Amino acid sequence: MLFSKKGILLPLIACLLALVQCESNPYREGERLYKMNCANCHLDDGAGLGALIPPLAGADYLAAHRERLPCILKYGLKDTIVVNGTVYAEAMPGVQTLSAIQIANILNYINTNWGNNLPPYRLDEVRALLEDCE
Amino acid sequence: MRILYFLFLAVLFACNQPSGPRTLPILGERDVVNGDTIYPAVPDFSFVDQDGQVVTNALFADKIYVVDFFFIHCPTICPKVKANGLRIYEKYKNDDRIMLLSHSIDVKNDTVAALKRHADKLGIESRRWRMVTGDHDAIYDIADDYFSVAVENPDAPGGFDHSGRLILVDKNRHVRSFCDGTDAEDVDRFMLDIDALLDEQFGRSK
Repeated sequence: MLFSKKGILLPLIACLLALVQCESNPYREGERLYKMNCANCHLDDGAGLGALIPPLAGADYLAAHRERLPCILKYGLKDTIVVNGTVYAEAMPGVQTLSAIQIANILNYINTNWGNNLPPYRLDEVRALLEDCE
Repeated sequence: MRILYFLFLAVLFACNQPSGPRTLPILGERDVVNGDTIYPAVPDFSFVDQDGQVVTNALFADKIYVVDFFFIHCPTICPKVKANGLRIYEKYKNDDRIMLLSHSIDVKNDTVAALKRHADKLGIESRRWRMVTGDHDAIYDIADDYFSVAVENPDAPGGFDHSGRLILVDKNRHVRSFCDGTDAEDVDRFMLDIDALLDEQFGRSK
């Protein structure tokens, strides 16, 4: 009797643990892509580097330019931007091979990590924004 | 070949850490001449820094210093190495006994003006951290003396292959330690080596 109870209990606990794990990091694919494409410059903790590379952690730019971010990831950035009051003038290379779903995953990872708490992008939203890149 | 030997020595010494005050090994291949051991040493050099000032060994005559090789438009490991370099800079920026010396391996694009802009944007003072350019061959040759890799390679991202290594040199021009500048934990260990070398060369007080 006890044995069969355990037989149910253990998988149940395992499932719960798996769920908790998922909750703590819902954007694993985004994290993987971030580390591959972005972390060399913006660093693993999104801190950026001096006045050379803007931070992503706690960056006011993310909310203020939500519509522009998918295009920046794909096609890069050449103009001067201001992030948290600091001027950044270095060019950022884009990653043109990224698909809309990959861009959504990366942005959602950025938007929900290092203290960032911004609403997620939907895939159709990213697709529509990518249609209108300058 | 030289680098392999150097790595072998590093591993050998890593397994043989004495207890008590640590003395870092002198790295590299040594010669014995007439019974005297000759340790490899950094040769004479003369480069130009971000302020247009000439930088020679004389600047480091009574200091220990941390060396790296980089280029400004580096799309791969440089920002991580610079971020860790900044940690070292911040920790020791009020300590006259230590400096940092970064060599640009992109002598064509990283002019004095470009290095100045780069240094300013990193927020560093040239009093503590020199970023130098100079003769192409002189820069590439001295990388070898610091057991670092610097190779022009059109197939590499940004056009250059280089190690993201940070190298610790004592005031007698001997290389005493190094770390992977992209690995924050290895840099933590490296900073303990810096402390040990400061104690060894300047005494325990301060």
